[in-house]
Amino acid sequence: MTVFLIDGKEYTAKPDENLLQACLGAGLDLPYFCWHPALGSVGACRQCAVKQYANAEDTTGKLVMACMTPLAEGARFSLADPETAAFRASVIEWLMINHPHDCPVCEEGGECHLQDMTVMTGHAYRRYRFTKRTHRNQNLGPFIKHEMNRCIACYRCTRFYRDYAGGRDLDVFAAHDHVYFGRHADGTLESEFSGNLVEVCPTGVFTDKPFSARYARKWDMRGAPSICTHCALGCNTTANERAGELRRIVNRYNGSVNGYFLCDRGRFGYGFVNAPDRIRTPLGRGADGKQAPISREDAVARFGALLRAGGRIVGIGSPRASLESNFALRSLVGAENFHPGVSAHEGVLLRLVTDILTSGAVHVPSLRDVEHADAVCVLGSDLPNAAPRAALALRQAVRGAGIVAAAAAEIPYWQDAGVRTYAGEVRSPLFIATPAATRLDDVAHTALRAAPNDIARLGFAVAACIDPGAPAVADLSADLTAQAQLIAQALLAADRPLIVSGVEAGEISVIEAAANIAIALRARGKTAALMLNLPECNSLGLALMAEGAGGLAAALGEPAALVIVLENDLFRRAGSAVLDTALAAAHLVVLDHSDGPTSQRAELVLPAASFAESGGTLVSSEGRAQRFYQPIFAENDVRAAWRWLGEAGRAAGNNACAGWSTEDDIVAALGSTLPHFVAAPRAAPLETFRITGKRISSEPHRFSGRTAMNADRNVREPKPPVSADSPFSATMEGYYGKMPPALLPFAWAPGWNSVQSVNKFQAEIGGALEGGDPGVRLLDAHKDATLAYYTEIPEPFAPRPGMWRAVMLPRVFGDEELSARAAPIRERMSPPAIALNEQDAAQIGAAGGQLLACELDGEPQHLALEIHPGLPRGVAGISGLAAKVHALPAWIAVTTSGLGAS
Amino acid sequence: MLSSVRTLWYTFLHLFQPNVTVQYPDEMPYLAPRYRGRIVLTRDPDGEERCVSCNLCAVACPVDCISLQKTEHEGRWYPEFFRINFSRCIFCGFCEEACPTYAIQLTPDFEMSEYNRQNLVYEKEDLLISGTGKYPDYNFYRVSGLAIPGKDKGEAEHERPPIDVRALLP
Repeated sequence: MTVFLIDGKEYTAKPDENLLQACLGAGLDLPYFCWHPALGSVGACRQCAVKQYANAEDTTGKLVMACMTPLAEGARFSLADPETAAFRASVIEWLMINHPHDCPVCEEGGECHLQDMTVMTGHAYRRYRFTKRTHRNQNLGPFIKHEMNRCIACYRCTRFYRDYAGGRDLDVFAAHDHVYFGRHADGTLESEFSGNLVEVCPTGVFTDKPFSARYARKWDMRGAPSICTHCALGCNTTANERAGELRRIVNRYNGSVNGYFLCDRGRFGYGFVNAPDRIRTPLGRGADGKQAPISREDAVARFGALLRAGGRIVGIGSPRASLESNFALRSLVGAENFHPGVSAHEGVLLRLVTDILTSGAVHVPSLRDVEHADAVCVLGSDLPNAAPRAALALRQAVRGAGIVAAAAAEIPYWQDAGVRTYAGEVRSPLFIATPAATRLDDVAHTALRAAPNDIARLGFAVAACIDPGAPAVADLSADLTAQAQLIAQALLAADRPLIVSGVEAGEISVIEAAANIAIALRARGKTAALMLNLPECNSLGLALMAEGAGGLAAALGEPAALVIVLENDLFRRAGSAVLDTALAAAHLVVLDHSDGPTSQRAELVLPAASFAESGGTLVSSEGRAQRFYQPIFAENDVRAAWRWLGEAGRAAGNNACAGWSTEDDIVAALGSTLPHFVAAPRAAPLETFRITGKRISSEPHRFSGRTAMNADRNVREPKPPVSADSPFSATMEGYYGKMPPALLPFAWAPGWNSVQSVNKFQAEIGGALEGGDPGVRLLDAHKDATLAYYTEIPEPFAPRPGMWRAVMLPRVFGDEELSARAAPIRERMSPPAIALNEQDAAQIGAAGGQLLACELDGEPQHLALEIHPGLPRGVAGISGLAAKVHALPAWIAVTTSGLGAS
Repeated sequence: MLSSVRTLWYTFLHLFQPNVTVQYPDEMPYLAPRYRGRIVLTRDPDGEERCVSCNLCAVACPVDCISLQKTEHEGRWYPEFFRINFSRCIFCGFCEEACPTYAIQLTPDFEMSEYNRQNLVYEKEDLLISGTGKYPDYNFYRVSGLAIPGKDKGEAEHERPPIDVRALLP
């Protein structure tokens, strides 16, 4: 640690930090704009000026920019020096010269970094009496609102969008005080990370468009720590509620997982919670065969009667429901009758993934580990579409070699412009092997296009090159052999190699090949990280709980008297023919929050809580159990699925899950029942947790309208709701301050109203939160664990005449079931399509855009043709048909349907 | 004895003092325009609603008796609803102090008693008047940078015309 002096007082910081980081880390308030912990320093805004003294005798000193000043042992600085304070105030005054008089009509108002910094420097009175420059705005699509007048030209947006996230369509135009940040023309921002501009922009140039439509100030919304439910990465979010409505999702910092950034699917995919067609009351099928609302008591009684009636009861769990609800269902129906509600094929893949991950032989990396990997091999995964935040982490990993090279030239890692200029095209090796092009290809050393079988063969060959003990691949083409050797060398030369694959690769062999590489690296004494991406937010938790039970095929194989479906749409998991047969004779009870084909067919539908109306625990693909909390307390029949199950069990005299009154009870029971979940109760503090005897307040202390917001219905104020499952008070009363990071309901600190206030909760700026990053890892590698090589090497891919191997090409918007219900996400979805190589398209005489006919899962499909030049011949990429993913991969015949070009 | 007589004497003298009781409601007292009584929402000189739904009145309110929801029409911000629970209001005037657009104003009217407390909940229709209130000239959108119908970018007070990003001139 380096010791340095500020205004005569000693502080310590890590020696490689810059002075601004060190000051913020020490808890000092120093204004800044262009610096961002994840983006580094460029010294553009001149706001963080401090005085540096040469030695103890030096009383004059010199002005330096803190973000550009490396620390040195014993260095002396002053923040309080009047000259620097005046300098900082004058910088703000310049920035404010053109800033419009907009705060009352600005979505950023109240959580604006520019407001905070203006107050911090004491600039309170406008002296400038002349005219302001103005700009025209652009329509940037359904996610982002643009108000360019407010720009202070800090360049954070383009640095994030272009340099950090690899976007191409946002840039800076014109010069001097005319600079303009936008697109070359109006249009939707293409990057799947555009939503982060809202948080990256220190003022209100880029604001959240869906949130603006149902706007509330930051201080007026209840916050709850939440976990994103739109992919398996487990990004931490804050869910903001007002008046019983989920208003927005913002990033919640977790140093080990998502850091400062979310993807747009996670940020804008919450609309299903507020959807008017949600299931909010119990529905029972009446004598007329129609579903009609029934009372809670009737619903429980009917469910209890069905449970009592006997016969084979099947419980179908859900990869998008919490551990608590899944475990309650498992307890109610018995472990032997509990089945993970995934397709048969996905069930097989999930079992393979859990076998690999639970073996302890591989290191399962956190996203932070991914960012620090120095050689990466991606097999079969289109991460920018399947798990965008992981792709963003990989994009940072690629910069590693450049940062090392710059460090050798004495350019510190935070000197962003310097590092990027020096690094140039120097990148850590990233190898991508996928059927179709991915949006990470631009930073890849090699982006290989191959059919899944060939990708698997490449992976097996890489393993064989690394460790001769690994099974060798016979008859590998010269191309792939050379490629395999190249990848093997790069991985062996790396200190922190990373292998990435996932369920979206679609084939067992690809995942096995990825595992083989990790095993081979381990045999050579390397700690290889293996990241296996999963499709849904609790896929891994469900797979661990199901203990190898197969998918839906096993559940519905034999006739059942009662089928209980937990938060799941079975028609996305199996073909309708199969389901029609299986469900024909059974009573069907569905617990879900969103309407779908399964709930419409049910005899009894119980309104289950979404992530916003209950708490729960989810296990991310990293094996991190994380707790989410309830922001919405509504007076209706919506309740957590496990509560319905407990009540119904009680009504039926089955007390297996009736004794639980809080989530903590279930998680404790889960931890003592299933060995993989022993650590799960430590994911977050228990319901009984108090600080100075108080609950944590979930509303900011200036929450407004308390005595008026419900006064239209009744002028007498209702008793505030009490959270039964969490240590939060549902009101502004309670404790707010230093707290366990898993409980942070919103980030705020005196003088810091914007999201930047998170620096007050970090142990180290840009590092872990104080008290450790939230969540507990359930899967950790241990030295003695072993995993045998997988030996079933597939045959090389051979096209069949007249047939195509249909594989799923994931899409970031639309593939995930719940986010696809959100209006802004729907605007970004495009119709289903089939992708073919240009030669294949020519072969069947089809042109781009033409509708092609094929049959998937016994149903005819008409899909628009997209020409993908890179796609291997004989492979057809199906996209936008996530509900049919259970039928893939498959061999299909594709014909021109005669419908003509669309 | 003497004390009692003196008291009676002084009381008797009060018969000749001028009367201070005002015969309300037959006789209305004078209340200054700055008197803090019933709250109204005013309109700007163009007749449009002044309230931009910034929520500053609500947050300034010490008894939290103001609640509103922002909505937007052609770039202008409006309150979708604006509710004051006068059964909680303490007429402190902080809302008026906080209002950046002079929309919310307190008036010299205090006659708002009700038999039913529910009737003290005023909605936007009850609060909105058709005039400008105490500040006849101020129009927030004339100084803010937002473009609204009738006022494009660069047409507000102290604004230059919008930058042409493609121009090469300095």
